[in-house]
Amino acid sequence: MSSIVVRVKQKQIEQLIAKGKRLDGRGLTDYREIQIEQGVVERAEGSARVLLGKTEVLAGIKIEVGTPYPDTPNAGVLTVNAELVPLASPTFESGPPSENAIELARVVDRGIRESKAIDLEKLCIKASKKVFIVFVDVYVLNYDGNLIDASALAALAALLNTKMFNYELEEDDVKIKPGRTPLPIRKQPIAITCAKINGKLVVDPWLEEEQIMDARLTITTDDDGNICAIQKGGSGWFTSKQVLETAKIAKEKAKELRKKLVKA
Amino acid sequence: MSQKSKKLIDKKGLRLDGRKPDQLRPTKIEVGILANADGSAYIQQGKNKILAAVYGPREAHPKHLSLPDRARLKCRYHMAPFSVQERKSPAPSRREKELSKVIRESLEPSIFLEYYPRTSIDIFIEVLQADGGTRCASITAASLALADAGIPMRGLVAACAAGKIDDRIVLDLMDTEDKKGGADVPVALMSNLNAITLLQMDGILSFKEFEKAVNLALKGCMKIYALQTEALKAKYMNVKEAAKE
Repeated sequence: MSSIVVRVKQKQIEQLIAKGKRLDGRGLTDYREIQIEQGVVERAEGSARVLLGKTEVLAGIKIEVGTPYPDTPNAGVLTVNAELVPLASPTFESGPPSENAIELARVVDRGIRESKAIDLEKLCIKASKKVFIVFVDVYVLNYDGNLIDASALAALAALLNTKMFNYELEEDDVKIKPGRTPLPIRKQPIAITCAKINGKLVVDPWLEEEQIMDARLTITTDDDGNICAIQKGGSGWFTSKQVLETAKIAKEKAKELRKKLVKA
Repeated sequence: MSQKSKKLIDKKGLRLDGRKPDQLRPTKIEVGILANADGSAYIQQGKNKILAAVYGPREAHPKHLSLPDRARLKCRYHMAPFSVQERKSPAPSRREKELSKVIRESLEPSIFLEYYPRTSIDIFIEVLQADGGTRCASITAASLALADAGIPMRGLVAACAAGKIDDRIVLDLMDTEDKKGGADVPVALMSNLNAITLLQMDGILSFKEFEKAVNLALKGCMKIYALQTEALKAKYMNVKEAAKE
């Protein structure tokens, strides 16, 4: 919901966008500055902090032993959760996960799952009995728009940073051995979000743009440029032309972001 | 996604239920079937059986959630415990919460919410039996329920999915096709404005395949839209008949 201050600015934001400019000085397809820092929480098996402009997200990975789903007895389990922690924004409240938190977690989950980013079959300890469960917990620390892209990036950076404990199986018991091996990551899915404001598409909307946007469209692509997840949000609409344009932008921008990830 | 143990499209190019790649499942829609609701609709799309009801515009509860300049649209998508193979707990799952949100956002652009400030318009969707594509069928039914409730709308929203099975792009996936197939792209369209109000995807598609899937899904939406208008007219034909008697 838009605050009154933003409604006053709405016209200004829209007029600037019509001229191909934005209130924070960016061009329509410019991303905000990205900083990625990996291994920030030692207790976690993997972690990463992502700064996207002033939006800040921390992702932590924990790995536990559990039972597989009956329909995938040979595969480990991936679980993604997101917390919109109340310290991140005056609009976040404590309590059970809101609709927005659930959507955020499920969109991040979809990108990782559908791209088959984690080789889950390598996380099987004993078929139908024991597998590793990978918990991805996304923690939003400061909210300044575009949580989906920042969270997906933080989750991926944390997974790339994850070191599994070594183990051996002794009569159905998992015994932890010294040493650690990296989590088997095969793909790097990157989510890119465009907002539609006054009929124009802008990449990586920040808070004020999000508050006045008609709708957003997030497209996640893998290393091969294939699309692996999409989510439309907001109470507006897109034309099919805008959808295809967003897909093209997403593919290009994902390449840029993936380069930053390698460096990190 | 599991291995393709069985072919989903046979040598003749027909699917498991005998459909052609671009064919919808047999679909039946009825409008105005619940006595208490202000508007309601029922849809059967293949084995999907879904009820949608609309209450409102009515007083918003709790009051502090009402909006000063327009009505608040609320939506609950819910699956009956017996609607799927393994009993589903009646408590709303994360999936149901996400779907409630995307369904609401797919219908919101079609309603003149600004006509009814401070009120609430509530949509309730109950999936009685599920066989893939329930979010689309739910949108189709809910949009009709809104129209049946007499709420001013820009147009009807019709929804349909396309997806990839056996490396081919096909229309309106049923559950087995969705689970064993390569991708699913649900789309909702308000056709008079060419407005795509819902778009999601899971699976893996190249850019070309995605473009093809969206276009096929949009064609499916147009077919569904024709069925929607027919169902809406049928209700008023019945009223006309009743008035004559």
